[in-house]
Amino acid sequence: MGERKKNALFLAKDSFMAEDDEIILSELNDEELVEQMFDDLYDGLKEEIEEGVNILLGRGWAPYRVLTEALVGGMTIVGKDFRDGILFVPEVLLAANAMKGGMAILKPLLAETGAPRVGKMVIGTVKGDIHDIGKNLVSMMMEGAGFEVVDLGINNAVEAYLEALEAEKPDILGMSALLTTTMPYMKTVIDTMVEMGIRDDYIVLVGGAPLNEEFGKAIGADAYCRDAAVAVETAKEFCARRHNQMNA
Amino acid sequence: MPDLSDNILTERGLPPSGAGRVLVVACGALAHEIVALKSLNGWDHLDLQCLPAILHNHPEKITDAVVAAVEEHRADYARVFVAYADCGTGGYLEAACKKLGVEMIRGPHCYAFFEGVDAFEQRGEITSFYLTDFLARQFDAFVWKPLGLDRHPQLLEMYFGHYETLVYMAQTDDPALTAKAEACAERMGLTFERRFTGYGELATALANA
Repeated sequence: MGERKKNALFLAKDSFMAEDDEIILSELNDEELVEQMFDDLYDGLKEEIEEGVNILLGRGWAPYRVLTEALVGGMTIVGKDFRDGILFVPEVLLAANAMKGGMAILKPLLAETGAPRVGKMVIGTVKGDIHDIGKNLVSMMMEGAGFEVVDLGINNAVEAYLEALEAEKPDILGMSALLTTTMPYMKTVIDTMVEMGIRDDYIVLVGGAPLNEEFGKAIGADAYCRDAAVAVETAKEFCARRHNQMNA
Repeated sequence: MPDLSDNILTERGLPPSGAGRVLVVACGALAHEIVALKSLNGWDHLDLQCLPAILHNHPEKITDAVVAAVEEHRADYARVFVAYADCGTGGYLEAACKKLGVEMIRGPHCYAFFEGVDAFEQRGEITSFYLTDFLARQFDAFVWKPLGLDRHPQLLEMYFGHYETLVYMAQTDDPALTAKAEACAERMGLTFERRFTGYGELATALANA
């Protein structure tokens, strides 16, 4: 956390302080405000993030720019520190909750302003499993990266996935599981897709705490994603490859 | 008599002790129950070694820890038995035990073999959270603090929003522990159910060890 705290201390010491040492977000210039929002995201301060988003929008920032530069930029630092063992699950969840607050403001505006769309994903936790923390993080970060996400929620049978693929025609199917007892169900879904001859129509990404790369390969997924940031990068890479193939 | 205080079982485990010819390498969360079964049945041929129970929260570390314990002590014993179920290792522990030529306990988790694996699986409960005697006593160390709920109670919904019931699988009849488990359910906002299991398939597995 040391790295992120420096900025807040710097701001507090130098010039942007109220008498009670509070940082007044609206008094910061754009660059300082974005830096401060990184800190606030890191500390899971939802109200401050919502305020920061509104200030940037008020200054004429496009919603997509607020999303990518302030929110996704901040969550990328959170994700990196989680991967490096500096932050733990509770802190990541608080940060995610803060980002969710900002996203709630931006989402309708993004739709109105026609932000770029990288691809579309259908995602859900598999049958027998009610855990959705990882899935929700992936959904949020995918949306932040410009993907349209259709979230099927928890406890999804193969029929639910197939119906959504048919109805939504996404580029990507994402499946999540937290339990070693439920993760084999991903293979059931993929095998059914193979039987129906639709497996290669989609990029299939899988994730969840007990999974690993070997499991992902064994069940016939395109990739195992160990966290939300990797999921975004993998999805972008596969979508780019797919679009290149289609244009070739 | 080894020190069976819960904090030691959680953080450090127990080194092997006794003069038996069979070593039981167990999760620290099962120490009380195994010691009770040894005493009840006169199983002096079983020596007990426990790995730190907190590995329960890091299942990716269980297999290596079990393999190291078995390899370190197997030369001193006629046989080694692993008192773990799969415990979130995703089949890795089973594969490692097979490679080592040692037996382990069938089932996904300790609460499943306490109830009986078949009966547990038949229930098909997906919205239940389980506690055993040990986990009820160590609820804060295993659940509340590692999930940050002591510092950030607002995360409760994110963690347990889809759960409905806390099922306390009781190995013993202990009204105080039942009250503690019920209090855990209340803290989590879940309905409470107590099922007396006794030692279940832990007893039959150790009888054959």
